[in-house]
Amino acid sequence: MIGFATDMTEHPAARTIASRHRLRVWEPIPWALAVVFYFALPNHLGFGTELLVTILFALSLDLALGYAGIVTLGHAAFFGAGAYSVGMLANHGIWSEPITGLVIAGAVAACVGLASGLVLLRTSGLTLLMLTLCTMALLEELANLGHEYTGGFDGLTFSPPPLFGLFEFNPLYPRTQYLYVLAVLFLCFVFVRTLVYSSFGHSLTGIRENMLRMHAVGAPVRARLVICYMISAGIAGIAGALWAQANAYVNLSTLGLDRAATVLIILVLGGYGRLYGAFAGAVAYMVLSHFLAKYYPTAWQLGLGLLLVLIALFARNGILGIGEAMLNHFHRKRSAS
Amino acid sequence: MIVEVDVASIVLGGLAAGMVLFIVSVGLSVTMGLMGFVNLAHGGFAMLGGYVIVYAMKAWGISFVSALLIGFITIAAVSVVFERLLYARLYRATELDQVLLTIGLVFLMIASVTLVVGPQNQQLVLPRSLQGQVDLGFIQYRAYSLMLIVVGTLIMIGLWVGFERTNIGAQIRATVDNRRMAESLGINVDRLFTMTFAFASGMAALGGGLGAEFLGLDPQYALKYLVYFLIVVAVGGLGRVTGVFYAALLIGVLDFVLKKYLPKGGTVFIFALTIILLLWRPQGLFSRKAS
Repeated sequence: MIGFATDMTEHPAARTIASRHRLRVWEPIPWALAVVFYFALPNHLGFGTELLVTILFALSLDLALGYAGIVTLGHAAFFGAGAYSVGMLANHGIWSEPITGLVIAGAVAACVGLASGLVLLRTSGLTLLMLTLCTMALLEELANLGHEYTGGFDGLTFSPPPLFGLFEFNPLYPRTQYLYVLAVLFLCFVFVRTLVYSSFGHSLTGIRENMLRMHAVGAPVRARLVICYMISAGIAGIAGALWAQANAYVNLSTLGLDRAATVLIILVLGGYGRLYGAFAGAVAYMVLSHFLAKYYPTAWQLGLGLLLVLIALFARNGILGIGEAMLNHFHRKRSAS
Repeated sequence: MIVEVDVASIVLGGLAAGMVLFIVSVGLSVTMGLMGFVNLAHGGFAMLGGYVIVYAMKAWGISFVSALLIGFITIAAVSVVFERLLYARLYRATELDQVLLTIGLVFLMIASVTLVVGPQNQQLVLPRSLQGQVDLGFIQYRAYSLMLIVVGTLIMIGLWVGFERTNIGAQIRATVDNRRMAESLGINVDRLFTMTFAFASGMAALGGGLGAEFLGLDPQYALKYLVYFLIVVAVGGLGRVTGVFYAALLIGVLDFVLKKYLPKGGTVFIFALTIILLLWRPQGLFSRKAS
């Protein structure tokens, strides 16, 4: 095999694999748009902040669902764990500095992910689906039960101190929030991007595609899945903590089935297992729901239901998948003529 | 004496709730076990059935029993259309696709009902014969709850006989255990799927109607109780009528007791118990397949 190494790298398939991780021309565009949004629509920064948090949350789910193939209905458990970590620490006056708060929240959520992953990932299929759902419901009920510490149904409010002691979190003009969330999203994205193109990321894809074969080639399947689940949980926890800090409160909605189902829908709408699916899905879903859900909630639900049915039946790769198919079609037509 | 009466009334109330859980969930257990289809829209069929039953009684003034029958038949017929047009395309698809399809269907059902009927709760008016109390000797108890316990037990016996002692039941059991072998033996699995799906959705409709009196009936019903139905199925085991029966009664009584003595957050124990049970026996507590 070594003797053929030079020939192997000449092979088009080998070249594609070797250049997969390279930065594509269009990749800076979403980030440029995010900066343009800040200057162009200063009155909608609250919405923008919510959108960026949703992208980060969907990105964390993409790691578990899209790359490792862990089908979960309970990802909001980690979002909530992160949100409650910063909320409770700040509300009880223990710790309120935002950035270290994020780190703590990410660590707490990752621990929850590690603990539950170690136990839950021994199962698969319907049992796994049920267990993720039950774990989330359990955390939600615990948060409801411990109302002395968590505020129960009403939730907790808190006021994060200025970022670096300089930039105020102003709830009416959420400029600091927007840039802060954008910066964290960027860092997390770079981390996830590096991870999925590493050998670790490739082994996750292998497990998703054929678990039996990965066992056969000697990959530590269970350990990889648990680690991936833990990292995904940590990022979801950071997203939850950002949500809590940006809104200056935390409540039971961070842990609910609604949130878990929504993030799943967003990721699938954009296209899972392709990094930017989280961006496409979150933008499409949030913009539509921002305008439709407020005025025509029932029509919105009807349209959403129809969309889900259509995606499940015809467009399993979401918006990005459709775009890719159209591009391919276009290329083939051009090379044919 | 008072403590005894208290215990009896809690157990009876829990059993009645458990019977409704059983009637709705048993269909879900059979379809998920038989077809391996994650059908999150099952609660939606129960909700639609409840609406048909309440509407039939209000609009045509027919009796409760005939309304239940109409609800069963209507939803069974409607579900055949769903099964042939949508579900059948995804039998071999991944769980994620099945989850998406059925969540989409739930949204469609909730939105359509909200558009047509409205978001408010629908009141089910019980026939006079079921409204009062019945003297059981040691306790006075609601006639309707007692009726539910009797009806649930009869359905359980009927299903058990149907499953264990008839040809169709044997075909279903064979397909649950080994689909390819069953097909090789000449069982028409496609037709079996359609029939079972229709029956299961009809049962859901029946449960939706029977439970509407104390579970309420509004469009959100389809999602509100879904976790309970899924827990019963997961604990009872896929495709196991008796397992689902015991699991439903267990969850029903437990829920009733916890709501009474720990009104805040008592459900924590139900979720914790479910997690432990599923880890201990992933195939369900009462499953024959448990290893």
